[in-house]
Amino acid sequence: MPLYRNGQFVSDDWSFADDNEILGAGPSVVSKARFLQDRDGLLARNAPLGLVLQAGENFTDIEEDLLHFAMIVLTLPKFTDGRAYSLAYLLRDRYDFSGEIRARGDVLRDQVSFLLRAGFDSLEVSNEPTIRALAAGDVKGVSVRYQPAADDTGDTSPEGARPWLRLAR
Amino acid sequence: MYRYDEFDHRFVMERTKEFAGQVTRRLSGELSEEQFRPLRLMNGVYLQLHAYMLRIAIPYGTLSSRQLRKLADIARRYDRDYGHFTTRQNLQFNWIKLADMPAILAELAEVEMHAIQTSGNCIRNVTADHFAGAAADEIADPRPWAEIIRQWSSLHPEFSFLPRKFKVAVTGAAKDRAAIQVHDIGLELKRNDKGENGFAVWVGGGQGRTPMIAKKLTDFLPESDILAYCDAILRVYNLEGRRDNKYKARIKILVHEMGEEEMRAAVEKEFAAIRGKTLTVPAPEIARINAYFAPPAYQLCDPATPVFVAAQAADSQFRMFAERNVTPHKQPGYGVLTISLKPVGGPPGDATSSQMDRIADLAERYGHDEIRVSHEQNLVLPHVRLDDLPAIHASLIEGGLATANAGLITDIIACPGLDYCTLANARSIPVAQRISERFADIARQRDIGDLKLKISGCINACGHHHVGHIGILGVDRKGEEFYQITLGGSGDETCAIGEIAGRGFSSDEIVGAVETVVDTYLKLRQTPQEDFLAAYRRLGSAPFQEALYVA
Repeated sequence: MPLYRNGQFVSDDWSFADDNEILGAGPSVVSKARFLQDRDGLLARNAPLGLVLQAGENFTDIEEDLLHFAMIVLTLPKFTDGRAYSLAYLLRDRYDFSGEIRARGDVLRDQVSFLLRAGFDSLEVSNEPTIRALAAGDVKGVSVRYQPAADDTGDTSPEGARPWLRLAR
Repeated sequence: MYRYDEFDHRFVMERTKEFAGQVTRRLSGELSEEQFRPLRLMNGVYLQLHAYMLRIAIPYGTLSSRQLRKLADIARRYDRDYGHFTTRQNLQFNWIKLADMPAILAELAEVEMHAIQTSGNCIRNVTADHFAGAAADEIADPRPWAEIIRQWSSLHPEFSFLPRKFKVAVTGAAKDRAAIQVHDIGLELKRNDKGENGFAVWVGGGQGRTPMIAKKLTDFLPESDILAYCDAILRVYNLEGRRDNKYKARIKILVHEMGEEEMRAAVEKEFAAIRGKTLTVPAPEIARINAYFAPPAYQLCDPATPVFVAAQAADSQFRMFAERNVTPHKQPGYGVLTISLKPVGGPPGDATSSQMDRIADLAERYGHDEIRVSHEQNLVLPHVRLDDLPAIHASLIEGGLATANAGLITDIIACPGLDYCTLANARSIPVAQRISERFADIARQRDIGDLKLKISGCINACGHHHVGHIGILGVDRKGEEFYQITLGGSGDETCAIGEIAGRGFSSDEIVGAVETVVDTYLKLRQTPQEDFLAAYRRLGSAPFQEALYVA
């Protein structure tokens, strides 16, 4: 699946390893099960480590380790499954995670702006119309927002109003 | 009323443009119906039995006359000259062409209206007490909070793909007219002994195939914390709510499976992490939104209301209308007027274009330009001078809108049923029509007194049958429509789910069965003041079941 980051398609430096596969020397993404099984060994590697969570998995048992990961991949099996949005929110807000958060799976083009606002910064998507829309830059969504979100820079703050209410991009 | 500023206008215009693009992609074939479905649902467009249906948001049921005229105009030009007001205080058009949708939404945007989040698995249009800002028994106005929650929930990036739909209702009176205990979140705005406003927060109520009464998670939450608390509830639900079975995906099932204590603990834990941060609503912002809902400039009136009193003495038809359809207002000399959309033999909740125009005219002339949609599918003029009521009544008679049955047995809630809906198992509207014809005699209705009869054409319970004093549920039995009766339900502050009386009745039998229930009540009530619900609660189901099935 093509990888989209910062407004363009880019090549992917990460390799996703099966649980039994020997990791290469470069940046590698492992499952939660593999991480829990081989935590110390994986953290001792001299290369960036990524984590991929399947839908339904959460941060239980790895809360203390989240900041060790350079990237966390959240899987979207169906575009209707909105759990990853809350997980991304928690990573940014609760765990101060500043690495890459990648959405992987089924995303409609109309969801792109939601994902970016929720804290994702890269998309690895399967939906062909979405890929075409990303390539054409046609994924802006509605530019005015009524909620605070992970991508807020807090640049506007009208007197007396909720500081995040009148943000427009 | 709330008025859009430049920001709100831009939001709706951009969204309308985005949806117009989606419709174009669907019409061109780029989007399949399956791909288009979630997009159209987020914009209030359903595919029904015969046509696309457009559900327009009427935030907390509040309309200006200009907006109501626009709805009438759309009905006239794009639909079959009528609209249907729903139990969620919205308006549905049933016969819209998909190609017309962008034009209709653009016209709605001109009058600060849209169809955003009237469907889909997101936070739906927020509802509130239809007598808000007017009722004599109100403690604080729920509309500013409904508006604040509406804004916060509009295209929420985190909560637009929830396990299932999510409905929020707000009331500001101890007398619950918004059915908050059968909502995903129900909020009761109240005041503590220090004079501060706050909310009792109920979670996990709902109807549908598994009716549940909500649990009260907290009895008093400071008002400025409400968005943070809702955010906490939504996050727990979004992460933990079931996604394996759409019939078990509502938050009521999560609350039921977790248990009240564990749910409260999970919400409180999340709330503790976000409390006092960006979602706190600052006092100046509360004041800014409240200012939109300031009371209208009441006109001077003689508190003795001589015209109103004289008309009641002279005209018994008017007196009966005033007794049933006028509710006490907080301002002396004023009343809250319910305009019934339940004429004898008519489909509940429908209004023609000319009726909408007439009501808009009346609101403009006599009603401080405000109209409300009630969840009981009626329209309300919240602020009218009692002395103007005889003139209003005369106009309503001309428009076929003077039915004096508010709160009586023919003031029926009914879902669209099998006449329109793809989900339905049975027709609802014809049953409502036949019941209202059977009980057409207004003297008999008045003798029966307060009685809420609610009809759903399937187990999804859009007609609120679970909380009807008498509820009727349409079911399909081997291709034939059957109707189950439930008894003793209530959607108010004494919320209760009705109990199934027994086996269902055929379409031919159901009206007679309702009559049997009513006659049993009339026979057994202690006094004419003991209403149906009170009598049922005293007597239990046995005498009614005996009358229905044994006698």
